[in-house]
Amino acid sequence: MSTRFVRAALLAATCVLPFTAHSADTVRIAYIDPLSGAFANVGESGLHHFQLMAEEINAHGGLYQGSKLEIVPFDDKTSPQEALNQLKRVIDAGIRYISQGNGSSVAAALVDAVNRYNERNPGKEIVYLNYAAVDPVLTNEKCSFWHFRFDANSDMKMEALTNWMLPNKNIKKVYLINQDYSFGQSVAKMARELLAKKRPDVQIVGDDLHPLGQVKDFAPYVAKIKQSGADAVITGNWGNDITLLIKAAKDGGLTAPFFTYYGGGLGVMPALGDAAVGRVKQVTEYHTNIQPNKSLAFAEEYWKKFPAKGDDFYYLRVRTMLQMFAEATKKAKSVEPKAVAYALEGMNFASDTGGVVMRKDDHQLVQPLYLSTIYRVAAKGGPAEVKYGVEGTDYGFKTDARIEAKDTALPTTCKMARP
Amino acid sequence: MDFVLVQLLNGISYGLLLFMLASGLTLVFSLMGVLNFAHASFYMLGAYFAYQASVLVGFWPALVIAPLAAAGLGMLVERFGLRRAHPHGHVAELLFTFGLAYLVEEAVHLIWGRSAVNYKIPPELDGPLFSIMGTQFPVYRGFMALIAVAMLVSIWLVLTRTRIGLVITAALTHPGTVEALGHNVPRVFMLVFGGGVGLAALAGVVGGNAFVTDPGMAAALGPIIFVIVVTGGMGSLAGAFYASLIIGCLVTFSVALDWRLADLFARFGLAVTPQTPLATLWNIKLSQAAPTLPYLLMVLMLILRPRGLMGTREG
Amino acid sequence: MGVPMTRGRWATWGGAALALALAPQVISGGFALTLMTQMAIMIIFALSYNMLLGQGGMLSFGHAVYSGLGAYFAVHALNLVAKGAIGYPVSLLPLVGGLAGALFGALFGWVSTRRAGTTFAMISLGIVELVYAMVLMLPGFFGGEGGISTNRTAGGAHLGVTLGPAIQVYYLAAAWCFASMIAMFALTQTPLGRMANAVRDNPERAEFVGYDTQHVRFLQFVLSAFFAGVSGALSCINYEIVTAENVSAVRSGGVLVAAFIGGTPFFFGPVIGAIVYVFFVGALSGFSQAWLLYLGLFFVVMVLYAPGGIASLIAMQFPVIRSGRLRELLPSYLAAAGAAAVAILGLVGVVEMIYRVSDASLSPQMTLFGLTFHARAAAPWIGFGLTLAAGLALLRGASRRVSARWRAVQAVLGGAAPGRRA
Repeated sequence: MSTRFVRAALLAATCVLPFTAHSADTVRIAYIDPLSGAFANVGESGLHHFQLMAEEINAHGGLYQGSKLEIVPFDDKTSPQEALNQLKRVIDAGIRYISQGNGSSVAAALVDAVNRYNERNPGKEIVYLNYAAVDPVLTNEKCSFWHFRFDANSDMKMEALTNWMLPNKNIKKVYLINQDYSFGQSVAKMARELLAKKRPDVQIVGDDLHPLGQVKDFAPYVAKIKQSGADAVITGNWGNDITLLIKAAKDGGLTAPFFTYYGGGLGVMPALGDAAVGRVKQVTEYHTNIQPNKSLAFAEEYWKKFPAKGDDFYYLRVRTMLQMFAEATKKAKSVEPKAVAYALEGMNFASDTGGVVMRKDDHQLVQPLYLSTIYRVAAKGGPAEVKYGVEGTDYGFKTDARIEAKDTALPTTCKMARP
Repeated sequence: MDFVLVQLLNGISYGLLLFMLASGLTLVFSLMGVLNFAHASFYMLGAYFAYQASVLVGFWPALVIAPLAAAGLGMLVERFGLRRAHPHGHVAELLFTFGLAYLVEEAVHLIWGRSAVNYKIPPELDGPLFSIMGTQFPVYRGFMALIAVAMLVSIWLVLTRTRIGLVITAALTHPGTVEALGHNVPRVFMLVFGGGVGLAALAGVVGGNAFVTDPGMAAALGPIIFVIVVTGGMGSLAGAFYASLIIGCLVTFSVALDWRLADLFARFGLAVTPQTPLATLWNIKLSQAAPTLPYLLMVLMLILRPRGLMGTREG
Repeated sequence: MGVPMTRGRWATWGGAALALALAPQVISGGFALTLMTQMAIMIIFALSYNMLLGQGGMLSFGHAVYSGLGAYFAVHALNLVAKGAIGYPVSLLPLVGGLAGALFGALFGWVSTRRAGTTFAMISLGIVELVYAMVLMLPGFFGGEGGISTNRTAGGAHLGVTLGPAIQVYYLAAAWCFASMIAMFALTQTPLGRMANAVRDNPERAEFVGYDTQHVRFLQFVLSAFFAGVSGALSCINYEIVTAENVSAVRSGGVLVAAFIGGTPFFFGPVIGAIVYVFFVGALSGFSQAWLLYLGLFFVVMVLYAPGGIASLIAMQFPVIRSGRLRELLPSYLAAAGAAAVAILGLVGVVEMIYRVSDASLSPQMTLFGLTFHARAAAPWIGFGLTLAAGLALLRGASRRVSARWRAVQAVLGGAAPGRRA
């Protein structure tokens, strides 16, 4: 009886493969990210960015020789193993470009798998465009010729942040609180290292690590921060760990600013509300209220097309990435992954926020970043520059400083092996 | 000293919230023998119902509406689901509630979306109650504690002083006799289950805005409630009460302590260097491990006293 | 199940071996092969889980701890092989995983098997949370978020097997799957296996006869953790990466669902369950965003209406088939299947529309069953809603007919429905 089941199941399974209609002059990028389960909203929103960008590129002449760009979604359920299963489907479907962003664990699994596949299947190489996985390892120890990262990695954001702190002498005591796993630990380590180097006068008055997603009540941590007399907090927390921390800070009357990586992440603002105002700062490559904002027209198109409240144009880097990809096909005069990868290496590009470069040494995009703080929008009594709210809320970002690309770059340990 | 006081208040108020959750679970377990895996899911539903109601009619009506709505839903679940699983034994009942937890989470995704909703503390309860050495103790945490204590007293009164309470207690041990006396035992069970669910939902109403209301809140809190119930002793309400307070204070205080096992070894002349076997493990600070301490406490309790703090039965 | 090797048993095992050997020849394609490899691994995992739930009466919410820790030890062993630090054939890596699993099984089992029943279930949940947090906290050994990567071909060729091509990995998994199936089945026939059943069914009586129930549970637990570790090591070879998700509560819930829908009272039940589960997760998720909801509904329906799982539904037919009376039941079965199909059609329609409407960013224009319609229009809601209602009503009638027929046939056969069997 098990035989019958296996056959029925497998026959059905093979029919599911996404053999979408496509002609030779269509270039497909497989979008591998969560599309079901708890993080489906993040994955869906990312997909919208890709789809709208593909439309724009196709409307403006497409890729090399007018080839069209098509985005094919695959659901990895935020699981590294599931992502590898999906990669098999991608390969079966003959797709040669993949993109992923949610979860450095997934990214690490994909980089390894792509390396192995390319090594075992010369001539059928796959290129991996990473738009959001920020583990520095991916462009250092684990760097790969086939992997390109378009988001500033977590070390670069710390470099940018500490460079901004250089002249700001009113920050004397810094408290570090992070999730106890590789990302949080590396944020804490980088903060200690860079502060010691650039601002030896700054005292680190606390360095807490807590298990990822296990803390239900942050009040005791806030009491501890308060007692330490810190005048700034640095945290790499995301998801509920940032929401709960900020809410507890507001309840405990802690006024020190929070320098965050993901304070403006999808879903955080609606949960925080007033607790975030003036308290939460973030380092990102974009927010809607930057001046001047050359992406505004695209953002408006996005809002029109995807009006849902929990969605927003958030990833400028997806736009930059696909623009650069289109440009690379033209520069390489080919849509072959290997040629495109060589064209992307070292490419200079004028993005919406200024000049960026895909560094040849490690395939890390070096781009300007913004440090910004959450305020109420102007219409609700906030500062005049805060014209647009995040995700349809009454809260938006106000730029504290623009950090030029060169001030975000860090040396790499990558020894790139080229085919 | 002030710092200790602040942490003590934080610990007690958090412990009381945990107790609100654990009490419903314990009651249903001790009265029906059913371990409701979906208990934390009803906590989540309570928070979402309250969010919805507070948007429509305000927080204070929501405080009453949401638990009642959840209790009604709980009764339906008992009537049309649990009762059907009952003949297949306790494992089937537990598995049914396990599946239910999946379904509730997916339903919440569909109705309210996958990110957190902005369920706000009402303005009259927002702000500091008092402040010790600059650290504020929020009004809302006091309110939470008040609700928890009021709940504890009313459960006790209902079970010991009212007719229905006596029927419930009797129906547990002697369902046949109670049935023969003309009481509808299945209906009693339905009420009990609905009541337990209502208590969880009430915890959700006051906990949802104090913390965060999102589809992950059930999965985040579920395991910790089970730990409390096991540590306190299965089915013991008093045990659950003490276990909640102990765990609340344990977690809160250990956050403040940067002790490491390595320091302890050093005291006995054993220096821990990076070459020492398991060096990372010995170097973990107590504050770092604080949120996992309840699990360790449970393991310790099982080794030293397998029936739990106030449990009466083995096995 | 009986003891000696009957003809039926030879046929079952021979059939299973043949199915495992021929499956890749019948169905080809890279993704299909991936699914089949996963199924082979999941079969071991689900069977090991059933040593707890089905045979020992221990409901665990944390079984992934043992497969996951087994996988972590296997990946480190494989990396040592790759560095040349130790010489060990990669194909025998599951033994390393198994031993690691058993070791941790002994450690955590010593604590958790002190209690049975629902308390045991809750302890298992506590342990999985603890282990998951620890795995993330100790990046030295567990590799943090990125996990530990490896290269399965690093061990070189053994007997011509490099493990490079996916087909070799499949056959390795299939061979281990078959061997583990035989081993686990043999265990059910040993005195320990019998004692585990006794402790499950009536611990008090088992105590009176002189068995230490806690000890029996403990041994069963450790053996089960061993096979979980074997499956973990195989998944490490298959994916060439081990991350924290391998020890998570989600993974643990998955194996519970798989074993249960297959049928815990039967040895072969979890085999069916593993296949169905991998199909749900691997293939159905390609069709629909709502696959989790379908899986949850399927699980709840099974708990309420067929607590013996798919296997019990199949096993119930054997006496009827043997007596040649299936013909009498067949019409009512067909009617029930038709009614169920109508109900599922309506349900899928309604669910898919709910998903479409709930996500405001998706276009409400949708295509389902070859029909294109607007998800916010009234007509499709009424249509699918009525289909669902009609399907449920028909199903109610049909199931009454099935049970009436069933009773009639049973009355003739003179036997009751088969009860719990080991």
